[in-house]
Order: sequence, then structure tokens, then C-alpha cells
Amino acid sequence: MSFHSKNMAVMEGSMAIARAVRDARPGVIPVYPITPQTHIVEFLAEMVANGELDAQYIRVESEFSAASVLFGAAAAGVRAYTASASQGLALMTEVIFSLAGSRLPVVLTGCNRQLSSPISLQPDHQDTVLLRDSGIIELYVESAQEAYDTHLQAFKIAEHPAVRLPVLVCVDGYVLTHVFEPVSTLYQEQVNAFLPPYQPQEYLTPENPLIYGAYTDDQTALEMHYLTYQATLRAKSVIECVAREYESLFGQYHGGLIDTYRLDDAEVALVAMGSMVSTLREAVDRLRRQGRRVGLVKVRSYRPFPTEALRDALAKVPAVAVLEKSLSRGFQGVLSADVKAALYHAARRPLVLGLMAGYGGREMTLGTVDEVVARAYQAVGQGCVEEDCVFLNLRKEILPEGIAQ
Amino acid sequence: MKEYYQDKLFVPGHRFCPGCAAPIAVKAILKATGANVILVSPTGCLEVCTSPYPYSAWGVPWVHSLFENAPAIAVGVEAALKVRGRRDVHVVVIGGDGSTYDIGLGALSGMFERGHNILYICYNNEAYMNTGVQRSGATPYLASTMTTRPGLMEPGNMRPKKNLPAIALAHGIPYVATASVAFPQDITRKVERALNIVGPKYIEIHTPCPIGWGFDTALSIEVARKGVLSGLIPLYEAGPDIPLKVRPIRKPEPVTAYLKLQGRFKHLFLRPDGEQWIAEIQAIADDNIRRLGLASQPPTQEADGIATDLSGA
Repeated sequence: MSFHSKNMAVMEGSMAIARAVRDARPGVIPVYPITPQTHIVEFLAEMVANGELDAQYIRVESEFSAASVLFGAAAAGVRAYTASASQGLALMTEVIFSLAGSRLPVVLTGCNRQLSSPISLQPDHQDTVLLRDSGIIELYVESAQEAYDTHLQAFKIAEHPAVRLPVLVCVDGYVLTHVFEPVSTLYQEQVNAFLPPYQPQEYLTPENPLIYGAYTDDQTALEMHYLTYQATLRAKSVIECVAREYESLFGQYHGGLIDTYRLDDAEVALVAMGSMVSTLREAVDRLRRQGRRVGLVKVRSYRPFPTEALRDALAKVPAVAVLEKSLSRGFQGVLSADVKAALYHAARRPLVLGLMAGYGGREMTLGTVDEVVARAYQAVGQGCVEEDCVFLNLRKEILPEGIAQ
Repeated sequence: MKEYYQDKLFVPGHRFCPGCAAPIAVKAILKATGANVILVSPTGCLEVCTSPYPYSAWGVPWVHSLFENAPAIAVGVEAALKVRGRRDVHVVVIGGDGSTYDIGLGALSGMFERGHNILYICYNNEAYMNTGVQRSGATPYLASTMTTRPGLMEPGNMRPKKNLPAIALAHGIPYVATASVAFPQDITRKVERALNIVGPKYIEIHTPCPIGWGFDTALSIEVARKGVLSGLIPLYEAGPDIPLKVRPIRKPEPVTAYLKLQGRFKHLFLRPDGEQWIAEIQAIADDNIRRLGLASQPPTQEADGIATDLSGA
């Protein structure tokens, strides 16, 4: 049953996110501008100015302070939100670790944009993947609708008593933030029923003078890290439950930890995150029509990583092609390395190809997907993967002579 | 001593070094704030010495996150208190000079400029003490630290300390004051005054460090007092609507009386060219005395008691 149709409108992805944030009623919103995040915080500024949203909107002097204001607000018991991108997320890194280690439930939007150098505004996932080891929960979305729905879910996941961690909702810059799509939004009463006001278990107050941020040593720090790690693992079932609860209330489901598409009987499984997944759904349909048995796995929750879900989903697939937008220099693509690690203990390990697709904002077309699938079938034929990390659509003609093989 | 801890806002058993002046500053601050306060501390001596898990020296809510973000943490706390409708709770930061003068200055400037109702207090021990005495922007001219070692080429720290109280005043914030652990009642009075003013406030407390400065642990207050008497540590309060008020020094002492007590200036008394360098430090003190009218200020009723204090030193 869906209540959405009454509130359907065409809107920019950034507006869908701003409306979700407004509907979640955060008390504190620190903001610092960075492309391509600006539309979100501009819409929120307007909502606060209009009285549509009753929040402390604080125009801070850096992303580092934006994340720190989230920390102070959450430690003092109030729901808090901010958005950033690229260098801004990199600047926040130290605070993100502190937020997660202090078990503070805040929500951030990461508007994916590559990291310098070279400086560029184009989207890839290097910026948000940078934060993967911090304890923050990372959810990647593929549409403006999923961005709206996932932001509401993010607050619920973050504040769940078994989790209490920051959540980063990752949306591809421009492709999602600046594109207009039809989006169904909820009525405030519906959101209120799904996401009640934040009830912190403890917070800074003179009536109960607790302290945050104690100094630990070799006898206590390990246990603190263990607790945070356990919370990130517990988040797996919470993410699934919250997604199903949202579906049962509002009829929208975009996957839990993962989503799969036409995976039964697949010979090749494509694995990807973010807006690229929507393109790949079309590519899969097209390839299926051509008789290629290709399926798709969307990694929706990158942290916690869906190890068991991927093992189950990919158990019978001969070859897995990971299309990825983040790179570990000196090693290989980050997502394919994680997928390989997840499959290592599987009873039958598929071949895993790592392919940089859309990295640095390079356009990925249906033709690119054809090449990916051809490479996967070739690997199956040969029984092995020759290269750990393939750069698709590399313009060899502009590289120095003798560099590209 | 007993009644000093009776309020239980800051209790014994913390891990400060013997002779450390920081807990004296904290006690004087809490005497003014009372229990209705949320404290924020950046990383530093105060943080590690008061919060070794699972112990805490704090009887008030206290929060620490990182080295350079205490002002922004305080901004978040202040905003949350507004949301919760708690206008009665003070937000006070107590941070060292490394975080205040150097790594956290951007966040501090933002906090000042946006007009948050927060009192920021810097306990200034003039170097990075928690990491083992390295130079900060608050380290005085010619002092020896582990990163400004006196040698043939350089006689110590070659830059004068940053004038952060003046930088705070330049933001147009309503209240700025300097204080010293030699005068704890003055600290309490200034904190009380600051807490009665809405907006950002900055107070700096000169806080000697026996280990970092190289003096006997019994001399912390004496060293602080000599600093004030020399004119090197001028005590004053000011603001856009508060005329400059200084603690007068009736008879300024030569800076050597202050420098001699401390190992960090010892090299100046041993070098053949030492006198010339000491003369430069004396010139800094003389300039403070002249510029702020420390010796010529007619004692006000309030300052009279202070003058008596000083004459007894």
C-alpha cells in the first residue's frame, strides 16, 4: 500500500534531500558550502527562513567545524544534520572518527565528488569511501526517490539503540543532486509515525553530569573499539528492518544492505553502487534481450559491508564484474577488493573482475557495459582474471608515450 | 583546602603534575560557573589529566572530541541547549594555548564572529606541554622549548608571542580579559562578569608549568606573580562597551626577577650576549607598561585591593 501518489512532484535531487531533512525535523543544522552540495543547504536555509523548519541553522567557517557542531549538538541530545562533498568530507575525516567512536547518531549527506589532486567537480566515490574505516554507516542511493526515502531511514538507523552511529547517505554529485526526477514525498504525520522525536539515552546536562571523550589506555581502548565495531555489525539487521518497515508503511523499497536484479540463472553479475545502478538496470534488460544471462547486485550499504548477503547472492554466479568509482592507489579498486574479501570464504568462489567505471567522472555508456560483460565472459572462458584493476575508457592518446599498455 | 573541593564540581584524584597551575585555574573558574554549566575541552593536559577512563575528576557535564574543534563543539552544545529550551545553562570552553592560539584558531574565530553565547577560556602555559614542551604561538620571545633549543645560531624562540586577546577584541566580542593563577579571586570575578554578558567572551589565564618552564613545584604561584609584576603578563579587561581596566603595578620589577626563576630562560644568563637579549625582553615589558598604563593607572576602588596584593609580593 502506497501513500505516495498524492504527494508526487518533479523536483531536483537536492530538493528531495532537503525535504527529507525538513521532514526529519533536526534541531541543529551546521552548514558550509561546497559544490555540488550547495543546493541542499540553500533549500534548507529557505525552509528555516520561511519557518517551514524550526532549526538552529549555523553558517560555520569550515566543514571541520560543521562536523564538530554535529558532535556538540548530538552530545547535548539533539538531532543534527549536515551535508558536504569531496574535500569537505576529507576535512571532516578526523571528526567522523570521533563521532563514531563517541557513538553519536547524526546524519550527513555526502554529495559524491572526486578528491584533489587533480581538482575536479566530477562525481566518483573516492571521497565517501575514504571514510569507510571510521565506523560511520555508508548508504549509497541510485535515484532522487531513494535519496528522499533513505535520508528518513538514516535518522532511524543512526538513533536505533543497538546502533547509535553516524550515517552518511551518499548521492552522486550532479547525476543525483542536480537532476530533476519525479519524487513521492510523505506527509509530516506519516514521517512522525515512522520517525518519532529523538530520545537520547544520555546527553550532556547539569542534572546528570556525565562526560564524553574520556582518555583511554592499553587496558581500555581496545574494548571501546570492539564496542563500536560490534555496533557497526549490528547495524546490518537494523538497516534491513528499517528498509522493510518503510516499505510496509509507505510502499517504497530500494533494497536493504543490497538489492538484486535479474540475478537468478545469471552467468555474469554486475556489482555497483550509487546512480550507476539505474543505468545498469537498463543495460541488464538490454543484454538479456540479446540472450546474455547478466544480473545485477546493488551494494546499498557499503559500511557495514554486506558480506553474507553478497556471499548468498553471488554463490552460483561464475563471474562477478565490479564497476567501481574508488581506487586504492598501490593496490586496486576498493569495492572489488572488498567483494573479493567477502567471497573468500564462500564454498565456491566466482571470478571477480575489478573495473574502474565512471571514476574521475568519466562517462559510462551502455557500450561500456557491453565491454565489461565481454571481459567477464572472456575470463570465464580462460578460467582466470588477468588484471586486478582495469581502467575503462582510458584515453590513451593523451597519456605520455609508452605509459599505457 | 577542604572547602575548596566542597562543591564537588572538580574533585581530587586527577592526574596533574605536582605544582601544575591548571587545576587552580579550573577551581577558580568553577567557583564562578557553579554546577549549571557544560564544559568543553580540547585535547591537552586538562583533558588527559581529568578523564582517564573509567575515572573522572568532573562533577559537571564535560565533553572532549579533538584538539582543534572545541569552539565548534561548544557551538553545537549551545545550539542544542537553545533547542531544548535551556537558556539557564552556561557553555564554557577551557583549552590550552596550543589548541587556542594555533590549531583551533579558525574555529575560535568563527565562534567569536557569529556571536555565540559561549565563554572561551584559555589556560595559557605558553607551549605544547602535553606532548613534551614544544613551541606554540603563545611561547614567549627567547624561551627555550624542545623545538626552540638555544644554540649558537639562535638563542631560543625567535618570535614574540601572538597577541590573541587583541585578536579576540578585534572580532568586536563584548568581553575580553586576561588573568593569572597568582590571583584566583580575580579569575573568579572575571568569569562571573563574563557569564553575565550575552555573546562570545574570551578570558586568558596565565598558568605556569613547572615541568615545561623548569622551576620548583612549590614556586608556581610565585612565578605567576613575578610575571605580572614585571609587566610581561599584563592583566586587564576590555570590550567595545567596557573601557580598558588594568591591574596596576605600583613598582614594576625588572624582568630578570621573573626570568631567573625559570629554566627555560636560563641560557640567557649564561651566554656572553645574554644581557642584550634580556634587554629585548625588558623592552617588551616596558612597552606593555607604557601602552597599557600599568604603572601610572590611578588605582580604582577594586584595583586598590589588587595593588595591596601586589605590594605584599
